Amino acid sequence: MKGALSFLTPRSTIALLVCGVALLIAPFVVDRYTLSIILLALLGTYLGQAWNILMGYCGLLSLGHALYLGLGAYASAILFVNYGVGPWLSVFVAMALAIGAAAVLGWLGFRFRIEDVYFSLLTIAFAEIVRIGFDNWSFVGGAAGFFLPVNASLSHQWWNLRGGPLFFYYLALAMAVASLVIAAVLRSSKLGYAFLAIREDPQAARALGVNINRTRFLALFISAAMTAVGGVYLAFWTNNLFPAQILETSKSIEIILAPIIGGLGTLMGPFVGAFLLVPLGSALTDGLRAIGLSAPGVKALVYGLILMAIIAATPNGIWPWLARKLGLEAREP
Amino acid sequence: MSFSLYVEVLIQGVLSGLVYGLMALGLSVIFGVVRVVNFAHGEFAVLAMYCAFVLFGLAGVDPIIASIPLAIAFFVLGYAMQRGMVQPFVTRPQHEQFILLVGVALVITNGLLLVFGPESKHVDLPYSFDSYTVAGVLIDKVRVYGAAAALAVTAALFAFFRFTSTGTAIRASADNLTGAAVVGLDVKRLYAISFGLGLACVGAAGSIMMALTDMTPMLAPSLTLLAFTIVIVGGLGSMTGALAGGLLIGVAEAVASLVVSPAIKSMVSFGLLVLVLALRPQGLFGKAES
Repeated sequence: MKGALSFLTPRSTIALLVCGVALLIAPFVVDRYTLSIILLALLGTYLGQAWNILMGYCGLLSLGHALYLGLGAYASAILFVNYGVGPWLSVFVAMALAIGAAAVLGWLGFRFRIEDVYFSLLTIAFAEIVRIGFDNWSFVGGAAGFFLPVNASLSHQWWNLRGGPLFFYYLALAMAVASLVIAAVLRSSKLGYAFLAIREDPQAARALGVNINRTRFLALFISAAMTAVGGVYLAFWTNNLFPAQILETSKSIEIILAPIIGGLGTLMGPFVGAFLLVPLGSALTDGLRAIGLSAPGVKALVYGLILMAIIAATPNGIWPWLARKLGLEAREP
Repeated sequence: MSFSLYVEVLIQGVLSGLVYGLMALGLSVIFGVVRVVNFAHGEFAVLAMYCAFVLFGLAGVDPIIASIPLAIAFFVLGYAMQRGMVQPFVTRPQHEQFILLVGVALVITNGLLLVFGPESKHVDLPYSFDSYTVAGVLIDKVRVYGAAAALAVTAALFAFFRFTSTGTAIRASADNLTGAAVVGLDVKRLYAISFGLGLACVGAAGSIMMALTDMTPMLAPSLTLLAFTIVIVGGLGSMTGALAGGLLIGVAEAVASLVVSPAIKSMVSFGLLVLVLALRPQGLFGKAES
């Protein structure tokens, strides 16, 4: 743990604490709508951290993370509705399923040395196969979706992940913080250095005795399991699941926007990216609605433009730049 | 099921496969020369479909005929894109190129969604429901025309690469970039032409597809994946491979939708993709890397 915190300078410790306190007291300060936007940003931070561990640290570009999100969501929802298994238990099933899927993907990918772009395509193809499967599988509700009962009498069963907006807000905050801690601990661990070594130069890493396949599997498993937990949260928060939403490639793209724009491979990147994009997206939608336009594509269109601008101008995202401006650069380990 | 039904489906698969092949050919040319993976390929196909739809709506131009002006327009678009946007990325890490084109894809899909809405669009051609009967086998007229047009564009492209000096120069720089630069070829210009040609393929293919199927902006990602599947099955960078892959996927999907169910047909092609990636990653026609 001590090593994990070594990146903190006194200045950035204060900044982090201020952010933490602000997020803790937010529910008592802002209105419900603003809170829901912060919640979405926290969720984006969490999923972004999970994805960033695979791409930002280990250099594996997954464009199919909706697969793990969907598997986690469906597993916990079905276990809850059909078998009465609560989410605190089924979250382990969700993680196991995601790891299982990741294992098949990784086995194919790493065993047969499917690298770079081919690996990314493999992740899309896997997610698409599962999406089409779920679309046509009546047990999981098919394209018509799967629903969790919304019942007022259940609304305070926190052990069944049933609760009000406040409950889900703090849960999202806890997950976002946990993901930051996991990422920080990983980065300062031997495994984390192995990730970075593989990202920078697989050959050199191999020469230094890093077991490339094993390390890549671990990155994939950690990332997939974390994403599946996010899926469980989504299932119980939204109460409805459609393959065309949660398993769609556009979902995978949504997950990767925040960490890329915030800063690939940085600890704060997913946080900064999510807290920039989500409010911007809702401001756009709201602004257009205010002048009487309902434009479904505008948000994603702007996200696309930002993505292009960021990757062209500063491929490491805005966090490194922002950190310099604010004097919050990480201490060199 | 009768024998003639199978023959019908087989022929239908071959005819669609030729159009798929043309679309995938564009991806293959861009990757083979510029070494950039065009993740927005399906989005460009859908853009071409909408262009064809608008041309049909405004001036009544048959989408199959519109494929020629659209090929030219998309060539210009591709040329400009490579010059203005993609060129600086040629030497950058692969994931950055990929992310750039993910951005392009988002912009195209959602731009179209914004302008045309999510409803599916189609064109009614006077011969949409006509068919030929050959020895008791029914063949859709529109598919024959579409396949013929696709084949013509493909042949023109092959001829360009084979017989013109620019085509030869492009093949040379794809083969040995340093060598090409040493003998004084303007590689940047050749890259822009190649990207243009790649988009010309997709422009023509998209236009033809408008005559064959309904379309929505949401179709784009699956078309991108389809193009990738074809190109990887055939061998990334191999032009013959892209064509053969198109035929194979076209037939496989047609047969799968007959034997299993139409909804499952894309699973078959993704399954094929996974199989090829695992067993022969260089594709059926690709050269193995040493």
